[in-house]
Parts: sequence; C-alpha cells; structure tokens
Amino acid sequence: MELAISIGAVVLAACGPDPDIIAWRAGLGASTERSPEAEAALFPTTIHEPPELTSITTSDGVPGTACATCHSIAGVTPESRATSADEVGGPHAGLRFAHGSNTCGACHASDDPTSLRLADGRALPMREAMTLCAQCHGPQYRDYQHGSHGGMRGHWDRSVGPRERNHCVDCHDPHAPRYPSFRPMPPPRDRVAPVVPRHEGAPRHE
Amino acid sequence: MSESQDFVSRRTMLKTAGATLGAAAFARALAPVAEVVEELGAEEFLQKHYREMTPAELEVVLRRIEADALENYGAEVHVRDVRPREGVQFGYALNLSVCIGCRRCADACHRENNHDRRTNQSYIRVLEMQQGSFDMEHGDATYDHAVPQPGKYYMPVQCQQCDNPPCVDVCPVEATWKERDGIVVVDYDWCIGCRYCEAACPYHARRFNWEAPEIPAEEVNPDQAYLSNRIRPQGVMEKCTFCLHRTREGRLPACLEACPTGARVFGNLLDPSSEIRWVLANKRVFVLKEELGTRPRFFYFFDE
Repeated sequence: MELAISIGAVVLAACGPDPDIIAWRAGLGASTERSPEAEAALFPTTIHEPPELTSITTSDGVPGTACATCHSIAGVTPESRATSADEVGGPHAGLRFAHGSNTCGACHASDDPTSLRLADGRALPMREAMTLCAQCHGPQYRDYQHGSHGGMRGHWDRSVGPRERNHCVDCHDPHAPRYPSFRPMPPPRDRVAPVVPRHEGAPRHE
Repeated sequence: MSESQDFVSRRTMLKTAGATLGAAAFARALAPVAEVVEELGAEEFLQKHYREMTPAELEVVLRRIEADALENYGAEVHVRDVRPREGVQFGYALNLSVCIGCRRCADACHRENNHDRRTNQSYIRVLEMQQGSFDMEHGDATYDHAVPQPGKYYMPVQCQQCDNPPCVDVCPVEATWKERDGIVVVDYDWCIGCRYCEAACPYHARRFNWEAPEIPAEEVNPDQAYLSNRIRPQGVMEKCTFCLHRTREGRLPACLEACPTGARVFGNLLDPSSEIRWVLANKRVFVLKEELGTRPRFFYFFDE
C-alpha cells in the first residue's frame, strides 16, 4: 500500500506541473505589496524627467527655454481662464491644445508659472506633475504603480540593479495627451520569395 | 602436398579480395559522414549534448563559437553559459489595451538576438486584429501603415514558454527542452533541423534558419549566450528564450525595454510582490488557445 502511494506520488510529480508552479498558483490573490523595509533594501526605481516639465520650445522654435526666462519678468502673469494657447499668445502661440474641456488654469497655478495647481487649490512643483495627472486618471496611475502602464528599462530584479521608468509626459503631451498615430517599424520579409505588396484576398506570408 | 598448398593460397587470395571490397564499401558508406566532418570540423561533429557536457568541455565549445563568429562575421563576441536561478519562475504578460502595434518590440528582438538582416526576422510577430474578433488566422503580421488604425487592435505573439510544450514532445533528438525557470530552449548544435517542433507549435513561434543569418560585423550583438542569442548556424530551429542572457541576470528582456507604452510586464512568478503577480491577481488575464492544454507562461490582458 505504502509502495503504491509512493509510486503514485512519483507518477504525479512526473506528469503534474512543477511544485514551484503549484506554489505560485496557490499564492495568487495574496497580498502583493512589498514591506517598506524590503523596498528600501532594493536598488532604486527612478522616473525619467522629460525636459517639457521645466522648459518649453517657444513659438519661434527655441527648445529648452526655461519657464522663468519670461515669467520672471514683472507683468508676465499667466491668465488662468484662457482656454487656448493663442489667447495667451507670445511664446505659447500655436500650441496644440486637446485635453478635454480643461482650461489652462485647470492645471497651471495662475500666480506661479513654475507650479501646477491641484484640484483642491494646493500648489504642486512642476516636477511632480504625475500626482496632478493621477487626480483624474486613477486607473492609469494605479497600473503605473504596479508596472503595467508606461515603458521602463533596467532590471526586473531590483536586488540586482536599478530601473528607470517613463514619466506620463514622456509619451503623453499634457496639452494633447492622445498618443499620436505614426509609422511602425518595418514588417518581416519572406525568406524565400521577393517581397510583393499584398492585395486584398492575396495569400498571406509569415 | 602441393595440392593443399594451392588450396590455401586461393583461399588467402579470396579472403584478401573480400576484405578489400569490404573496406571499400565501408569507406563509401562513411563518405557522407566524412563530408559532414570536413564541413563542421571534427570537434563540432563530436560535440556532446549541452546537458551532457562537463564545464571544461562546454568552455572549449564557447571559445570555438567565439572564434567562429570572428572568422565568419568579423565580430568579437563573448558567449556565456547562463544557468537558471533558484527560486525564479519567469512569467510575461501583455496589455492589449495599450499596445499600439509600433513593432518596436519585434525590432528590438531582431537586433538583440542577432537575426538575419535581409529578412528582418524576429521572434515576435505583431498581429493586427479586427476589434471584436479573436480569429488569429485573420491577424495581419505584415501591415505597413500608420498605427494604431481605427477599429483594430494589436497582438504581439512570441514563444509562450508553455509548461506543457508540444514542441518539446515532438523533438526526435531531445535538442529542445524546458529549463527549471520555465524557459524552453534549443541546443542549436544538437538540432537536426527536422522542423517537427515548428509544425507542433500552435503559436507559430519557432523559426527555421534557411540560411546562415547575414549580419554586418558592427551590428552583431556581442553579449551572447549558448542557449539564446548566439548566431545560429544554417539548418537549425530557433525561438524566443525570454532573452535568458539578460533575464537570468536580473535584467528586463529587450522587447520590454523597447516597448514605449509599457504594454509588457515581466517578472518572477514566485515573488508575490512582483508586477507580474499583481497583473495575474488583479487583471482579467487569459492565455492563447487555452483549450490545447499547453499551459502558456505568457499571459494577455485588457484594461477594464
């Protein structure tokens, strides 16, 4: 009987999934948060800082112009109720604006051009823009925090090395956040036959 | 007396003739092998299976592969043997809601894994799919227009690293197997190129090297491993290895780093605090062709 059981166990082990796999399947649904101590022992995750957060390309085409270049001059104060860049004019003229029905003042602090304005009126440094985005885009922010939204580079195992992550603004222009359409990388080519443009109804390769 | 002497000498003569003929037939039968040995080099011809080589034997093989790369491609490469890590089971998930079909993953794979430049090969095939349909047979992998197209979604397909891999079952020479950390690998030097695995794979994830890949010396990725991205010879099968030369050392796979939208999530399934585990626990996850019982390690999900 004992022999039969042990043979059964061996057969099961040989046919069934790896014990490791059973372990992780059984653990699904358990808490997935890392303790703060465990987090502190790991290599850091840094968030890339796109230049758009601290500078603009002016309408006459000068990139990397710091906001303070103009806004430190007395009398140059943003108009919070403006609904388009053209209303503001100057270096912001021609800025494409397509972000729902938001006006400039929905995100920018009218009294401080280098600060953003949270929904409750508090000022937020421009560099922390992600917190502002998260006010409205909660699910995206949640997914971002769990590594399933936004590109990254570096290590999956942060006990081995660091990781760098994209900022919202790396991909989404805050003034027109919809990801633009563009040409993809070229498709694979057939190994044998020369490439012939595919027409409707023609057989597919690869 | 003289009669018996005659008899003996005739017998000797017949024996000699027989032996000569036999030797000639044997040499002729062996001729194809000699040709192969000449083509491959005796060392490579006598090389053992990856899993049967001692570390010293493997060391010799790795250096020979490096020398071959220098001779055939003019590229100085470093070929390592990277083993699975304890306590690591790899898993990959892909968010179809954010994939935009830019094919940067396929392009990164192409460069990372030393694929043939002329045919633009890659282990990843991005299918342009009709929204509302899940018919992979009508997915278009050769689209060449601006993305994303209205009414379409994009589904990159690569090796699903099945826990029950049909490609491994059909290999007649055990040149392909599943490693402890879940990655299905090929010993390119043991593969006989029969392509059974290509036919058996329900995900069209295996590729055959019809020709030795063409890669300019300066484009060869010198960071190579025996079981992953070393330049494959002509006539053998190849497949995605989750970039094991990177991932077994804790780095992210090349396709993930290239993804601009963060559609790809990679990590250790045994680590409850990993991102991949969060996705499996919190997203509506599915696998491709679940009904086949292949039990993929590659998961797909949509945002709600």
